[in-house]
Amino acid sequence: MTNSIADLEKAEVVLLTGSNTTVNHPVIAEVLKRSVLRGGMRLILVDPRDLDISRYAEMHLKPAPGTDVAWINGMAKVIIDEGLCDKDFVRERTEGLEELREGLSAYDPQRVEEITGIPAGELKAAARLYAGAGRAAILYAMGITQHISGTDNVMALANLALLTGNLGKEGAGINPLRGQNNVQGACDMGALPNVFTGYQRVDDAEAAGKFARAWGKDLPVRPGLTVVEMVEAARRGEIRAMFVMGENPLVTDPDTGHVEEALRNLDLLVVQDIFLTETASLADVVLPGACFAEKEGTFTNTERKVQRVRKALEPPGEAQEDLAIIMDLSGRMGYPMRYASAAEIMDEIAALTPSYGGISHARIEGGGLQWPCPDPEHPGTPVLHVGSFPRGKGRLTPVEYVPPGELPDAEYPFLLTTGRSAFHYHAGSMTRHSASLLEKEGRAWVAVNDADALELGLREGDAVRVTSRRGTVVSRAHISSRLRKGNVFATFHFGEEGANLLTNPVLDPKSKIPELKVCAVRLERAEGGE
Amino acid sequence: MMEMVIDGRQVEVMEGSSILRAAEAAGIYIPTLCEHPAVRAIGSCRVCLVEDEAGRLVTACDTPAREGMAVRTVSERVLDARKAVLELILSAHPMHCEVCEKNNLCRLKKLAVEMGVTGRELPFAQDYRPIVDANPFYHRDLSKCISCGLCVRACLETQGAGAFEMHATGARARPAAGKDGPVDGSSCEFCGLCVSMCPVGALMEKPPLRLGREERTVRTTCPYCGVGCTLELRIREGRIIGVGAGIPGSPNGFSLCVKGRFGLDFVHHPDRLTKPLLRKNGELVEVSWEEALGAVASRLGAVIEESGPDAVAFLSSAKATNEENYLLQKFARAVVGTNNIDHCARL
Repeated sequence: MTNSIADLEKAEVVLLTGSNTTVNHPVIAEVLKRSVLRGGMRLILVDPRDLDISRYAEMHLKPAPGTDVAWINGMAKVIIDEGLCDKDFVRERTEGLEELREGLSAYDPQRVEEITGIPAGELKAAARLYAGAGRAAILYAMGITQHISGTDNVMALANLALLTGNLGKEGAGINPLRGQNNVQGACDMGALPNVFTGYQRVDDAEAAGKFARAWGKDLPVRPGLTVVEMVEAARRGEIRAMFVMGENPLVTDPDTGHVEEALRNLDLLVVQDIFLTETASLADVVLPGACFAEKEGTFTNTERKVQRVRKALEPPGEAQEDLAIIMDLSGRMGYPMRYASAAEIMDEIAALTPSYGGISHARIEGGGLQWPCPDPEHPGTPVLHVGSFPRGKGRLTPVEYVPPGELPDAEYPFLLTTGRSAFHYHAGSMTRHSASLLEKEGRAWVAVNDADALELGLREGDAVRVTSRRGTVVSRAHISSRLRKGNVFATFHFGEEGANLLTNPVLDPKSKIPELKVCAVRLERAEGGE
Repeated sequence: MMEMVIDGRQVEVMEGSSILRAAEAAGIYIPTLCEHPAVRAIGSCRVCLVEDEAGRLVTACDTPAREGMAVRTVSERVLDARKAVLELILSAHPMHCEVCEKNNLCRLKKLAVEMGVTGRELPFAQDYRPIVDANPFYHRDLSKCISCGLCVRACLETQGAGAFEMHATGARARPAAGKDGPVDGSSCEFCGLCVSMCPVGALMEKPPLRLGREERTVRTTCPYCGVGCTLELRIREGRIIGVGAGIPGSPNGFSLCVKGRFGLDFVHHPDRLTKPLLRKNGELVEVSWEEALGAVASRLGAVIEESGPDAVAFLSSAKATNEENYLLQKFARAVVGTNNIDHCARL
């Protein structure tokens, strides 16, 4: 997030898109709901589905899945054409207005309506509401990014914020809601194939030299593979060994059948986890690690706040803290790592990472700090881009609408989107071991539009067979008027009937994010059911 | 700042403070029951009565402090009035404290002890029955409800869900979900904020652990989504027996979601991995750390030797700590010599 959770309450208008916030980020949804109820915030929701948060929204635009660039461009065009830009901000802090104006010429509201299904009048009204606010924040999640156009979707949203001067101040900004407790931190720490900590590139000689000196080793300069590329390389036999710490790609990655084939093709699969997950059950070696309550450390949340994690309990049995496992293994491979504590590791991170330079366990004992925090006196940065952008001026970048990689056709007539339920979490290895959450929701479900259900002869709780070009699952039908006709929604928490058996591993060419929000499927009533 | 007098003491008061907040700031105790810092004060229980300079009894929680105001918090009238209020509340409250899970955490019981009210001063006058709701997260026993309305305000003002509202009036008033049906099927999101704020045992977490009070609390960060809520784990006998919030400056204030508040029991699940496993003859069998890590080191070494470091790939974790992620990418780059490291940021 460019901004902070706390300053969301200051937004006069929030444009919320691609986020089922009450389900995936309930505590941020609370901020939105109570701010709307108090009368201080007006909410524009853009999402194909009716959501719990719809009833708090002043406007709800419902685009066809995968058409986001079109409606966002349409809003930008209305803002420019109607003179709703923040002219001072655009002049002083941005560049590329003319290129953008040109790039948007084809996105008049009428054409956007044809692509997205959003009535032209509603699009114009939404653009005016967003641009007319003194402080307007954009919030989005995986509904924006898990498309082949994911990067372009975000760039298009950035154009809206730049045109209206909604960056570098409280109650505004472009705010991705990160889905995992420490996905921000894992990225910040360089658990990515192209960067060290703090996004310092592995192919940048200066950065590589700094890390090589600090670690006393020559380091590889060629960027590595992303997760979906690793799976492909393992299938081809180019990756022969994988070490997986606390992830479950067999449930979370697209096209499960393909992933399983790849993992079985490895000579060595090592999994370090707290449960025998679907992935761990294929492993050659399983290492029992510690859960969040059994170790010291830090997580970095969606607003870039580095916060303490504290040990409350001992790991069960012979399970060990994950740091100890990595250090032990490193020693066996001829590179002893000697850290007396997690705090000592954070000191090394701070020394090598400008944005974490002022962060230490001691400093965040009483409360977190938001990076960039370059030195021990720096108070942290609740709002990014105040006064200037890292590259100087903010670039307005035209982007083009590209249809999803796979759309419904005669053979696979339904469009499938995947996501989470309120009562389960990602691959399910935590929530499926919680008695109360399992009692509330013990199985996966597939939401089917009520009119489609009538045609298919499906009733609530019926077994339904869902088939894509990748695979088939039998799941439980949930009949809902909340989806557009022709759309289907499935959760992926339950590996054995997981939606990722169906999903399409086609990637956004820039971010390498798979298009988990759109693929084509066919539905049939199956035997069994409730 | 303004000045006022509380119990004869001149005190400085922030503009906009209630009498209660002014007294708190001066270290003067006023009992409360229906008051909570997360929601608007409404003066409904009347336990916080104080006497102003004109001799009027006013509720301290929702009466604004005024410049020059003088209040008394412990006059005979005040204490008699509070006692009468408490006697009335207790006359409709079953005093089965010893079998109530709330027992010594109950704000009502604490006040009864403080004021020496037994609950037998007036005839027992309860006129409604308990509703035991079928939901997996909390019990809702309205026979213990004192109609303070904290759950109604928490749900509407803080959670923004509005699942509860007060039904009926007077002695019959009680919080009801939707059209007075079960909470499952109402707009309740099971965030548990109301449960954490209920001053008595009307809303209680399931299952009853009957373990009593925690030995210690540990402040940490929730392991679920990216909001990063600050949790206070309540620990007793090596177990998490409850989860609290409300740490000033935390991203979540008093709020948590259903998973953070009710979904941490996975920590103690019997299926937790407790020993290293090594595949032998197609089966995963328990082995020592020595054997497991020895096997990983030698087999990783063999792959690197035969096919080079880029034949190895690492998946780090969006669930693991910063320190763990840092160490694993350092291991991949400095020890194995590959940049093949990623995690599920894209999924």
